[in-house]
Amino acid sequence: MKRVQFEHSSLPYLFVAPQIIIIAIFFLWPAMQAIYQSFLLEDAFGLSTQFVWFRNYSDTILSPSWLQAAGFTAIFATLVTFISMGLALLLAVKANEVLRGASTYKTTLMWAYAIAPPVAGLMGNLMFNPLIGDLYKFFNAIGWDFNHKLDAFDAGFVVVLISVWKQVSVNFIFFLSGLQGIPKSVNEASMMDCNSPTRRFWTITFPLLAPTTFFLMVINITYAFFETFGIIDTTTRGAPGGATNTLVFKVFQDGFRGADLGGSSAQSVVLMVLVLALTVVQFRFIERKVHY
Amino acid sequence: MKDWNWRLISTHAILIVGVLFMSLPVWVAFATSTHAPETILREGLQLWPGSHFLETYREVLFVEGGVMKSVLGTTMLKNSLILGIGFAIGKVVISMLAAYAIVYFRFRLAVPLFWVIFMTLLLPLEVRIIPSYEVVAGLGLLDTHFGLIVPLIASATGTFFFRQFFRSVPDELLEAARLDGATAWGFFIDILVPLSKTMIAAILIIMFVVGWNQYLWPLIMTTKEENYTLVIGIKQIYQILAEGGELPQYQKAFALTILATLPPVLVVLVFQNWFVKGLVESEK
Repeated sequence: MKRVQFEHSSLPYLFVAPQIIIIAIFFLWPAMQAIYQSFLLEDAFGLSTQFVWFRNYSDTILSPSWLQAAGFTAIFATLVTFISMGLALLLAVKANEVLRGASTYKTTLMWAYAIAPPVAGLMGNLMFNPLIGDLYKFFNAIGWDFNHKLDAFDAGFVVVLISVWKQVSVNFIFFLSGLQGIPKSVNEASMMDCNSPTRRFWTITFPLLAPTTFFLMVINITYAFFETFGIIDTTTRGAPGGATNTLVFKVFQDGFRGADLGGSSAQSVVLMVLVLALTVVQFRFIERKVHY
Repeated sequence: MKDWNWRLISTHAILIVGVLFMSLPVWVAFATSTHAPETILREGLQLWPGSHFLETYREVLFVEGGVMKSVLGTTMLKNSLILGIGFAIGKVVISMLAAYAIVYFRFRLAVPLFWVIFMTLLLPLEVRIIPSYEVVAGLGLLDTHFGLIVPLIASATGTFFFRQFFRSVPDELLEAARLDGATAWGFFIDILVPLSKTMIAAILIIMFVVGWNQYLWPLIMTTKEENYTLVIGIKQIYQILAEGGELPQYQKAFALTILATLPPVLVVLVFQNWFVKGLVESEK
């Protein structure tokens, strides 16, 4: 905190007021509502509600469709995080190595950051369209009996591919700036000590990138959980048979399409707890192993 | 020496494959959007631009019923701009004020209020989407710009960014300003804001892109076609294609993806340095 500060009785409250008011109305209030509604059961006509304690929770978490979505989300988040970070790291290391054309590579690799997930989703969806999509035709031509409308694996493949594509540029930007932050003297010293570029990378560069990597893992998991909603909604919509439902997509579907408010709220609350737990785990266990 | 050359070639090869992987889909989307629907249906996706560029984009942008039932492409473009710009400006103003109070003032509730703001980072809008919708609907704010933009500003990313930046500003500045008799408001407007110019620009750019790309919230907030943004148009055209019709208008779907992509991409490319600086700094 600052050594010198203003002493003023009301002014600071005036300054924070807009933000706090917005948070109170549009964040705290809905979050409370979600918790409250998760304990209620509404009848089919919405005429009466009943307080049911944890029934919505037990109904939710034990239902096969929720477990299926949870399983898919876990696999999906892991794949998207590792593949997009791996690709981005490879590209960033290479872009950091070249002298000629470095800025062109940099620009053309990062601009996809600005594309909205649903836009990427629709583009991908059309590329996999059975009538006109060349990717669909290509996979079938090389002997893969590809049909993402019927086959769960193929549908998952489409969603993961598009989500990875959309996320590579963010990871690239951070890895590249992390690499550029490593002092030249460190690189030169390691060049003298070790001749193999691969070994140099894993023993010197990669550990120095640990803070970036840790931070990006948090960002990517959050992305896979939440922001991919737009991709799912413009590609598979959970098909076939809920095999590509993420937890967030399911909250939305049950709440709006199925009008199951209590169940959907319970799912929201479970999701909040999951995200909080994930954050705590990341800070406590992973950060400890990262050397800054 | 020969070994080194191979390494250089493989480095460029990897980068070129990466660039193609990232760029080709968008290029194909553009090229295909400039062909007639019959051509696309017959030959599939296109790699080179065709002769229907003006026709497709004119219909999507200016003709009623060209892409949606009643709303024009230009109207969706306008709505997207309002969302992007309104979100960016609102976020910067509100978070700068809050960060200023937290860093530069000693007041009793500073710590608890800081934690309230911090909490919003942990729970994104998506997990509380349905109650949020109910609150906004209850306030009669559906289909308004206010109801669309303000709830999105609730999260605290911007506040953290400015808090970080203000803390790096030397204390001597405030001491000097106070000797000159500057008031709290005067110090903010005359010294801190000009000092933060680059940071403000960077955050404006990032937030414009974030606002423009909003999907879930506008989706449930807008019920009338006239309020659709381009990104919401994407959803509608998905629906139209999924339902099928006489001749699927793939070229228009692709044109819409290009229109929804172009403005944020241009902003990022034109202001590349500010954008990268802002993105990397804001996440520290």
